Amino acid sequence: MKKNGLPGNWRAHFFLVIGVAILAFPVYVAIIGSTWDAGIIARGQMPLTPGPDAISNYLQAWGTGSGQRVSGAPVETMMFNSLAMALVIAFGKIAISLISAYAVVFFSFPGRMFFFWMIFVTLMLPVEVRIIPTYKVVSDLGMIDSYLGLTIPLIASATATLLFRQFFLTIPDELVEAGRMDGAGPLRFFWDTVLPLSRTNIAALFVIMFIYGWNQYLWPLLITTSREMGTIVIGIVKMIGTGDAQTDWQIIMASTILAMLPPVMVVVFMQRWFVKGLVDADK
Amino acid sequence: MKRRVIFNNKLLPYLLLAPQLAITLVFFFWPAFQAIYQSVLMQDPFGLRSQFVWFDNFTVALSNPLYLESVKRTFLFAFSVTAIAMTSALLLAFLADKQIRGAGVYKVLLIWPYAVAPAVAAVLWLFIFHPSIGFLGRFLREIGVLWDYKLNGGQAMLLVILASSWKQVSYNFLFFLAALQSIPKSVLEAASIDGASSRRRFWTIVFPLISPTSFFLLVVNMVYSFFDTFGVIHALTGGGPAKATETLIYKVYSDGVLHLDLGGSSAQSVILMIIVIGLTAIQFRFIERKVHY
Repeated sequence: MKKNGLPGNWRAHFFLVIGVAILAFPVYVAIIGSTWDAGIIARGQMPLTPGPDAISNYLQAWGTGSGQRVSGAPVETMMFNSLAMALVIAFGKIAISLISAYAVVFFSFPGRMFFFWMIFVTLMLPVEVRIIPTYKVVSDLGMIDSYLGLTIPLIASATATLLFRQFFLTIPDELVEAGRMDGAGPLRFFWDTVLPLSRTNIAALFVIMFIYGWNQYLWPLLITTSREMGTIVIGIVKMIGTGDAQTDWQIIMASTILAMLPPVMVVVFMQRWFVKGLVDADK
Repeated sequence: MKRRVIFNNKLLPYLLLAPQLAITLVFFFWPAFQAIYQSVLMQDPFGLRSQFVWFDNFTVALSNPLYLESVKRTFLFAFSVTAIAMTSALLLAFLADKQIRGAGVYKVLLIWPYAVAPAVAAVLWLFIFHPSIGFLGRFLREIGVLWDYKLNGGQAMLLVILASSWKQVSYNFLFFLAALQSIPKSVLEAASIDGASSRRRFWTIVFPLISPTSFFLLVVNMVYSFFDTFGVIHALTGGGPAKATETLIYKVYSDGVLHLDLGGSSAQSVILMIIVIGLTAIQFRFIERKVHY
């Protein structure tokens, strides 16, 4: 457009670059921190240019998660836990929400709206407001410090159910009718028609739910007790401890960068679905 | 909205709903019910007996100056995070909405912080503002500021606000950008032909058109600051120093999990539940309005 002459554009670029720089600055400093040795950081002499120890720091973090003063679990183990948790939560939420939305939309049965509202009101019960009783239920079920305890209680999803319900309502009746003419039962119709049609929605929700699962904090903090079950986010905070200057900051920063990579990559490479998921999930 | 074509199975829909309902009942309704039940009980110090005390736990909580301090602190925190995250996001969205080269690149570079866990965001800022090893922490001390967020409550609050807003800018940016892009360009062009300055165009056309989005984001940001920032506070300050960053949600955690005051913590949980219900109701009312908009 001609209306936006050069001067206006320069200003926009200028401020956008500043915005991008401010957002990126903490990560840049963390990357730099992960390339120097503990001594230089502890003496407060770390410059803002990369140091020589990147490879050894990352290998040490990945393999042991420990240094001179930090004793954590290997980042490899904790990343695996986070990945398992994020994937089970994302797929679990999508799977059970798909079938419950299918039940609510395509069947008529007593209690249909009651059950729908039951799922709906869980929106108003975030884990933070029922911490202790939920913890007690999980401990009574013997699921403390296990993958089951980490994931199952977080798998119910009002958001995903609402979203799939809305989408299913837009599937034309003719399609259902045609399926029935071909002799497809409800399960066949779900598998052959509804599931393929929902692909975009599933991808969008997956991105959001993966990030949600990976970034969980309060729940794994309560549920995991052994170092081997800890997630990476919890692990890093435990490594910092009291936050003394004299600690293995280079290991902590290398772990931090590693912990950010999977969810950030998901957002960057699945950007289109991410944006769709974010906008849909909050409607 | 009801479908005309519906399958007739009797049992199947219940089976399909079963997994979701089972999890909801066991991990949502039962604990929520327990929280409400616990909130009207008082336990003796050894946890052996409990006694029904009506609303004593609520009266105790609501008349406790520490609790009221925490309420004030939480609102100060939430308003600051919301204000910072929303204004900077609006500014960035406004710039990125212009027809400039590389708009797509800017978008990616501005949305990734959404993927960073709140606790990790806290760790990043801690490393920068650490009084003896942090880049900016050292700088502040060199120019004579007595910077130590571990001793100074105000500075601790500032730092948790900063880390929390940093993460939330991306979310707001995306929604503001979508709202700005949905404004018909012809309207803006007509106004500019009529001689309206860019400031006037913003206040008379753009601002009213994005106000539903702004209101929606206001609620979302409040919910975020109330609940999702637990990780930031736990990782950065642990509620301290001297409770200076203890928000309501952190207080539920510290009273219940660390100090094992079940009745008091449950009463606080119930109060928080009421706040969530209120905020969710507002959010849904807004969405209904937007449909008719």
